[in-house]
Amino acid sequence: MTHFAIETKDLGRIYKIRGNKKEKQIRKELVALENVNLTVERGELFGLLGPNGAGKTTLIKILTTLLAPTSGWARVAGYDVIQHPNLVRPRINMVSGGESSGYGLLTVRENLWMFSQFYGMPSKEANQRIVELLKMVGLEDRIHTKSSDLSTGLRQKMNIVRGFLTDPEVLFLDEPTLGLDVGAARDVRKLIRSWLEASQGEGRRTLLLTTHYMVEAEELCDRVAIINKGRVLACDTPANLKRNLQRDAIFEIETSPLNGLTSQILQEQPEVKKAALTDIEGGARLELILKEESALASVINILTQKDVKVRRLTKREPTLEDVFMDLVGQKMEDVEKEEAPHAV
Amino acid sequence: MQSNPSLALSASQKVTGWRLFLKTIVARAYPRVIGQQREKSWIFFDIFLPMLGVAAYVYVYRAIGAPEEYVGFVVMGGAMTSFWMNVLWSMSSQLYWEKEQGNLALYIIAPNSMMAILLGMAVGGLFATALRATVIIVVGSLMFNVTYSVASFTQLLLVFFLAMTALYGMGMMSASLFLLLSREAWHISNLAQEPIYLVSGFYFPIKSLNFWVAAAASIIPLTLGLDAMRQLIFPSGALLGFLSVEVEIAVLVGLCVLFLTAAKFLLDYMEKLAIREGRLTESRR
Repeated sequence: MTHFAIETKDLGRIYKIRGNKKEKQIRKELVALENVNLTVERGELFGLLGPNGAGKTTLIKILTTLLAPTSGWARVAGYDVIQHPNLVRPRINMVSGGESSGYGLLTVRENLWMFSQFYGMPSKEANQRIVELLKMVGLEDRIHTKSSDLSTGLRQKMNIVRGFLTDPEVLFLDEPTLGLDVGAARDVRKLIRSWLEASQGEGRRTLLLTTHYMVEAEELCDRVAIINKGRVLACDTPANLKRNLQRDAIFEIETSPLNGLTSQILQEQPEVKKAALTDIEGGARLELILKEESALASVINILTQKDVKVRRLTKREPTLEDVFMDLVGQKMEDVEKEEAPHAV
Repeated sequence: MQSNPSLALSASQKVTGWRLFLKTIVARAYPRVIGQQREKSWIFFDIFLPMLGVAAYVYVYRAIGAPEEYVGFVVMGGAMTSFWMNVLWSMSSQLYWEKEQGNLALYIIAPNSMMAILLGMAVGGLFATALRATVIIVVGSLMFNVTYSVASFTQLLLVFFLAMTALYGMGMMSASLFLLLSREAWHISNLAQEPIYLVSGFYFPIKSLNFWVAAAASIIPLTLGLDAMRQLIFPSGALLGFLSVEVEIAVLVGLCVLFLTAAKFLLDYMEKLAIREGRLTESRR
């Protein structure tokens, strides 16, 4: 048995998109994934971090046998996802954030029971686990509620339970806490940790999580791959990813309105590695990655010249958001505003 | 939080093979059976409205002095339309709706067979629809004073079983074809609904049509199923029958084999194609 739960080699996926009625013959190509090489060890909680449209979901679809790659290969639990999907499927499960799976007319228990049967679980066993898992996410009082009567957050908790119910070797969680309130997201994170802890030893479980919440990736994941425009830009432990930035100085400055100042102007300064500006109420927030702390003086100078007042200045430790900004050159939320997969 | 050993499940606790196949059928049939008990609107839409159509034909036949058996033909046809509607809207286009809902991806990544999922839909649909059809027959018979004289219960049950197997086999086959469709699935179902009422002879004996039209319509299993059942239930049915009951049974057996085999092969092929083209979880690209 290979010690890798997931392996990919030069994995790529290009979508062909039909033109509109006038351009029927013209087919555009969208590169959703390009030369992705990853290995995830058994027992690992691996995070894919990237903005919406980065290729995270495409990668999960390939790994869960729902989509064929256009280049390269991928193995899950030791089996090729294209050659042996029937050996991969009994070993995996998947939950996507915001999914509306199941049937509204069925109760929470009935929906979960139905999905458990597709994995061949004995009914008695399934019903016991349903109760246990619902307790863990605080949903036990809704066990007999029709799923159409659940709020979005509670429905997502039910979906999460569905993923854990069959105790897969490899569980794929695609943005599992999307749309959940703080408390519900915390319950889900607790469940994730408990499940991994419960499966130590020979049959260790692996979890691949995609998220665009930096804190979630930092808090949960053993290793994180940062992905943007279909390419993996970096892959390491959160600590190691941040360590590369520790020689730099990271500042957050809140200012009065910017009076035409752009991040471009700041980045032209030789000691400024990256600068990102965000509008906030009554002013702006400036996030800076500087090669030297002394470069702050030249930034302040520019602000003064533009008649921008500094209201608050904080030096802080690097976060994964800073790592992303360092790699991509933009904050994740700015990337998300742009078109996701890039046309070629 | 303390580690919880009960979260781990032994792989040996899960069944595989034919037991998994059966479990999947039962589980997928469950929402259809239970849904009928919880959503009562079917009583109006699937019984009251079809009864209006049946009544209209009954009064037309009585007004023109058609043989009284025609009233029974119409009641039976009204009951059998339920199965056609069920196959069209809850089988053929079902995978499209499942895709939109997010269930299709979960069905595919599970270790079960997609044939078992389709069979589960068929069994659940058949069970639920049989109840509706029975209500239409009972109410229609009481309202319009229909009398039956069954020539052979064995043949009647055999014809019904074969017609349903072939019909739901056809539904499974078209569900596979519809897997690649987006909103067109809805349009195609709409398009197929009324013409089939006509050519399958839901409200009149199929013999009234041109032979070749009736023969072409026989590809829809309900056409011959309904014709054979009418021949077996009504005294003058044999005179108005399209082919002999024995021939119709033989054709129905052929249709069962054809549609179920085609469903299996098409499902495998379409699943591979959909995975290659990325259409299992995406809107049309």
